[in-house]
Amino acid sequence: MTRAGVAGSVIWALLALGAAAIIARANYTADLSAFLPRRASATQRLLVEQLREGPAAHLIIVAIEGADAATRAQASIALAARLRSNPAFIGVNNGDATQLERDREFLFAHRYLLSADVTPQRFTVSGLHAAIGDSLDLLGSPEGVLLKPLFTRDPTGEMLGIIDSLDASHSPHTSDGVWSSRDGARALLMVQTRGAGSDTDAQEAACQALRHSFAAAVAASPSARRAALRLAMSGPPVFAVAARDTIKTEVVRLSSISAALIGALLLAVYRSLPALAFTLVPVASGALAGVAAVALGFPAVHGITLGFGVTLIGEAVDYSIYLLIQNRSDFRRSVWPTVRLGMLTSVCGFTALLPSAFTGLSQLGLFSVAGLIAAALVTRFVLPAWLPQALSIRDLTAIGSWLAVALEKVRAMRIALVALPLLAGAALYLHRDALWNRDLAALSPIPAAEQNLYERLRADAGAPDVRYVTVASGADRETALEAAQALTARLRPLADAGVIGGFESPSAYLPAPATQRARQQSLPPAPELTARLAEALAGLPLEAERLKPFLADAERARTGPELSRADLEGTSLARAVDALLVRSDPGWSALVPLSAPGPGELSDEAIAKVRAALTWPVGPHAQLLDLKGEADRLYGGYLADAVQLALAGFGAIVLLLLIMLRSPGRVLRVVAPLALAVLAVAGLLVTFGHQLTILHVVGMLLIVAVGSNYALFFDRSAAQPGQGSLALTLASLAVANLATVIAFGVLACSSVPVLADLGSTVAPGALLALLFSALLARPAVDARAEGH
Amino acid sequence: MKLGGWLLCCALAAAAPGAAQAVDAQPGAGLDQLLQLLAARRHGHVTFSEVQQLAVLDRPLQSSGELVYDAPDHLEKRTLQPRPETLILERGVLTVQRGARKRVLSLRDYPQIVPFVESIRATLAGDRASLERYFTVSFSGSLDQWTLELVPADAQLAHTVRDIRIAGERDELHTMEIRQTDGDASTLTIGAALNP
Repeated sequence: MTRAGVAGSVIWALLALGAAAIIARANYTADLSAFLPRRASATQRLLVEQLREGPAAHLIIVAIEGADAATRAQASIALAARLRSNPAFIGVNNGDATQLERDREFLFAHRYLLSADVTPQRFTVSGLHAAIGDSLDLLGSPEGVLLKPLFTRDPTGEMLGIIDSLDASHSPHTSDGVWSSRDGARALLMVQTRGAGSDTDAQEAACQALRHSFAAAVAASPSARRAALRLAMSGPPVFAVAARDTIKTEVVRLSSISAALIGALLLAVYRSLPALAFTLVPVASGALAGVAAVALGFPAVHGITLGFGVTLIGEAVDYSIYLLIQNRSDFRRSVWPTVRLGMLTSVCGFTALLPSAFTGLSQLGLFSVAGLIAAALVTRFVLPAWLPQALSIRDLTAIGSWLAVALEKVRAMRIALVALPLLAGAALYLHRDALWNRDLAALSPIPAAEQNLYERLRADAGAPDVRYVTVASGADRETALEAAQALTARLRPLADAGVIGGFESPSAYLPAPATQRARQQSLPPAPELTARLAEALAGLPLEAERLKPFLADAERARTGPELSRADLEGTSLARAVDALLVRSDPGWSALVPLSAPGPGELSDEAIAKVRAALTWPVGPHAQLLDLKGEADRLYGGYLADAVQLALAGFGAIVLLLLIMLRSPGRVLRVVAPLALAVLAVAGLLVTFGHQLTILHVVGMLLIVAVGSNYALFFDRSAAQPGQGSLALTLASLAVANLATVIAFGVLACSSVPVLADLGSTVAPGALLALLFSALLARPAVDARAEGH
Repeated sequence: MKLGGWLLCCALAAAAPGAAQAVDAQPGAGLDQLLQLLAARRHGHVTFSEVQQLAVLDRPLQSSGELVYDAPDHLEKRTLQPRPETLILERGVLTVQRGARKRVLSLRDYPQIVPFVESIRATLAGDRASLERYFTVSFSGSLDQWTLELVPADAQLAHTVRDIRIAGERDELHTMEIRQTDGDASTLTIGAALNP
């Protein structure tokens, strides 16, 4: 080994150790954060924060199926009891009487602070007369049965007013005393986990605990039909766990399959185990460097990045293939310049991804840039020194010659390539309306069956997808609550007019302190109220004597303490307040979700009316947040971002080639086949019914980055006929290409959409890039003559 | 989180709909004939007046209005006096409209209301299955002058309602008396038919 070789090996070993140390200490995640933006507007931050850490991110909807309604209800109660005693859960609700009783008691005990009907007017003589008269009417109707027991304490009907003000349109049904699906076939529970939404380990532990508790509850069930009970659960925590599992298994599975297939390919080509081992050194070095670079550049390495990393196998393995198959003795002079230029074009392409707001893309960019540079450097400076002189691999000249002859034959048909842009253009034009998939869900690694289960359970629970949320902000909780109160005052007329179905405000459960004080002051002192009540009852079939409990309650409310968040503890209203009153840097935001008056979403007309109500000239700041629209805009931003970055990457590659090749004609010959391959793949994808996503765009950039290697070798053969054997060059390109197609082809079979999209673009693209490069290259020497 | 619906439900300690055991109280041929007769009648539109005696009140509550029935499961009670109120029972869903406020209650979710509305609807429809699901039914008198006595068959229902007595002749109902366990009672008297 030369001195340079020794130095190279020592540096390599040190760097590899350093990288391994960084990798060992890095953080890894596999939640959905790769799909969330790094830079965002205030609204998007709120949206993303809600998606990641909001109460919805902690909600698991649990369904108990099978057996009969009574057995399900009994299991629901037993499961809820077990979960309530488990600190992994902060809220467990199954609609059973205990929970409802606690909520009811809270609302009833604090009715004079909670009811929006409590105004000074209400407790004047005429106000009392009217309110009590209304309650008497109610007593006579079937609903009166429900309210009769409360009448002497609440003759003005505040409790009913509170209940009416809560949005009742979507409550779950009740069957055998617990929540059930609309058709009564499933018992339902809503479970809130304690762990942070991004803490997938905690969510996984919670899901496990839930399954164990269910098994224990079933085992303890006295019902003969308990064996028929089944558990179904869904929600963001379940998704986070499923996504991580899927990504984990996919990454391991795909890398192993790729490695095995490429290993088998190379073994078949080289017929030498040591040669195979040497080939993998640059790939492994590149992978180490890539992961270490991402670990240094980002707070956490995303699992999906490792999945993309499979692609590195496809490209980095090319370098050592060129080294081993082409001219090994004169590698530095005859092959390396082309490999280097190919590597630089790829790096140009991937560098364009670095500034992406989409974390997944920028990690992919950094991973690939670092990985390719490392792999190329190892191929150039480390590997040649390691190769034993005696290493012999199969001579591929014969295969290369055969390829050259075959190529010569199909070359005659290359005129047909003219039709390709036309055909691809026609396909793209025909699908122009549905060319892009603008749905963020297209990137979700959660299987469709899981998503369907979630939709079904959510519909069962009567918790429709909330699309529109009005947001009132303030410097602290109290001002945010006040703002929410002002907001509800504007929304109330819209709800009464049926423009919107209803809304849910945190101020309904926890009114702002100023509002609470105003309501207390609306209640007259006991002697005054007693006098007014006596007068108000004139003409009503009721004696004041009977309403003594009312006078006592009113006095207690008037002089009692104000409500605080702590008073809600133990009720399911606490969860609602926490869900709707959130910290949003800077300050606090009160979320007031809107529901549609009927099935479906709010109409544009209704939205316009809501917006008009919000842009009242005076009052606190409030805005309408369209969650779906915002998420789609977010994704649309990524997509536009990705297209721009891909174009910039392409531009950078062309610029680099212009500088290195110094000939527009040669650059055109290198770039034209790549552009054709991209067009052809885009045409094929839409023809086969794919809608293009962000990952297809990235894939097209990769076609250019990877394909440029092939085109450059043909360019070299044409420009410097003396450099290397054409047959061996062809053979090495074919092997390298096959390795790339295998790596991306395996990726195309992934069940993770982002990986599949990338694979299904690059695998055919790389193949076509090689074919078109070969067809469009200027013939250098007579291949047949050289082969013999 | 949607609270309103089930809170209303629990405004009275939540009661569960149990699997009611219908006990055959020797209904005999009279009941069969009566229910067939009632089932044959497809439409009715009559006036009513109602008197309710509530322990908490000094005097009874009086109200009056119209009842509309369309077989088999549409029943409308339009109270006109003293204040307008409309109750519509259709396929197990009760809609209450009072002033601008409308409330929709599913009987499945509010079993407490069931005896008050199903008693009259199932009688009008001649729906023996429904009647016997909730009540023990006894028939007395003759087809020309009959009385049905409905006693809640389910312990939960029996918690609020003691019994219901419906009297009539042939396919016409005359009165319906509901006695509650707390002593409160109501009497609904059916008056003249309004439409043919």
